[in-house]
Amino acid sequence: MPKEKLYKLVFAVLAFSSLMFLVGITIILFTEGLPIFSEIGIMKFILGKHWYPTYHPPEFGILPLIAASFWVTLGALMVGVPLGVGSALFLSELAGPKIRSILKPLIEILAAIPSIVYGFFGMVIIAPFLQNLFNLPTGLCAFTASLVLGIMSIPIICSLAEDALSFVPSSFREASLALGANRWQTLVKVVIPAAGSGISTAIILGMSRAVGETMTVLMVAGGAAVIPRSFFEPVRPMTATIAAEMGEAAMGSFHYHALFAIGLTLFLVTFFFNIIAEIISRKYRIKLGLGR
Amino acid sequence: MKNKLIQIAGFALLVISTAITLLFLGAIIYFITINGFKVISWEFLTQVPRRGMTQGGVAPAIIGTFYLTLGSILFSLPLGLACGIYLCEYSPKSYIVNIIRMSINNLAGVPSVVFGLFGLAVFVKFFSFGVSILSGSLTLGIMVLPQIIAASQEALLAVPQSYREASLALGATHWQTIKRIVLPSALPGILTGVILSVGRVAGETAPILFTAATFYTRGYPDSIFSEVMALPYHIYALMTEGTHPEKQTAIAYGCSLILLFLVLLVSSIAIIIRQRQRSGYEV
Repeated sequence: MPKEKLYKLVFAVLAFSSLMFLVGITIILFTEGLPIFSEIGIMKFILGKHWYPTYHPPEFGILPLIAASFWVTLGALMVGVPLGVGSALFLSELAGPKIRSILKPLIEILAAIPSIVYGFFGMVIIAPFLQNLFNLPTGLCAFTASLVLGIMSIPIICSLAEDALSFVPSSFREASLALGANRWQTLVKVVIPAAGSGISTAIILGMSRAVGETMTVLMVAGGAAVIPRSFFEPVRPMTATIAAEMGEAAMGSFHYHALFAIGLTLFLVTFFFNIIAEIISRKYRIKLGLGR
Repeated sequence: MKNKLIQIAGFALLVISTAITLLFLGAIIYFITINGFKVISWEFLTQVPRRGMTQGGVAPAIIGTFYLTLGSILFSLPLGLACGIYLCEYSPKSYIVNIIRMSINNLAGVPSVVFGLFGLAVFVKFFSFGVSILSGSLTLGIMVLPQIIAASQEALLAVPQSYREASLALGATHWQTIKRIVLPSALPGILTGVILSVGRVAGETAPILFTAATFYTRGYPDSIFSEVMALPYHIYALMTEGTHPEKQTAIAYGCSLILLFLVLLVSSIAIIIRQRQRSGYEV
């Protein structure tokens, strides 16, 4: 029937258009970002130690920005991984169904809070608090940004890790308990290793989110484009640089292209994380016999 | 005995980490509610800002956020739903379908500020829509597209195969089956996804930084080509621009509370719909 075929065709075209957006984003980032590479060279761009886009002559080295992103992401993981995985273990292994049905939505709410609200909260509450606590010159620094990003990554890590834990067959637990191991030993020696790749996927995706988070770091990281020497110095991660400077960069200028090149770098980094997460989770599903 | 102590210590750690997580949630909600309530009034919700952002209300920002959210859902819902329908109902299990799936997954992981760059280059510059509601809505729409596709797919997959078979056996065509049987059954699931996307779009700032938002407009937007004020951007601007930091922080608290309230409302609705629907397919 031709009408049926028409419907199928329409849906196929619409489905492919979402593919086009991914392709489109990639193309735009490359075409708008590449001019800066041909101008100053890709190595000098990535490894250059100075980011002075508005000086004469300007310098476009993004190493301080990459270091800042790396720094705050690492810090965020130190907060987010123990708390996220810890909460996931609590929810799936300790909490009864009643407590779980209350706590799970609460943690989902933590995920739903917009990043601007986290940024604002970090700026008006956490930064002054840490500044007083550690006697810092400014509360807006890598440490504060890490803490806020870490809080933001808890719900992602927690819910993905909890999914992974729920896939571990209960026969694994029963076998271990039957052999005389107590619940903690079962958890550490059997359940966590069995869910290990699922938990690492959760951590990688949490990391990917932390690298790409913009408003929070724009508001609380301090904004100094220098290579950080300690956790208590102001930094300017890649996302914050794009957000802060795109408004001032003249269209078509080297600064404009450099900001797109930073976007490209970010895109490639998160793309890489996602691919790794996908590969791990696929292997893991096969290992536990979940198919696909 | 030693093992038992380790177990108690370990479990205590897990309880503590959950408690800390909840403490953070509580702290955010507490501080924003307490300080936000001080400035929220009927005037705050319905008036335009006056005297360099220190008096009056934030109504244009609320309206702007409403337009941007509406626009982005109008764009992404039909497209995302169609994509979900194709992947679940029509597509053969092939190589190409796998590529679409992977690209959707990857699209979901792209940082929001990169969507902002894309929107700037394509909608603002290439199509010359300028910094406008239209550019912002399209940018936000593309950003939530993967989420809507994923939600549609999940909802469609949850519809039991027997529903489709029964309909086809009664002589309905493929499209009739989708339209009259599959979509209505999957509706609550799709709705949940859309509602959650609304929450996400309403709070996003980075994609509209250079595609739609502005700190101050004289009145309300009059066409889809005008720039708008938006709640999330307004919070950012209040905290980083202007000359009256203290008064502006108070207003930012108010905006945060409105945004927080909206997002919590929206996600509780989604959670309720989902819990009701859980017992839906008892065949």
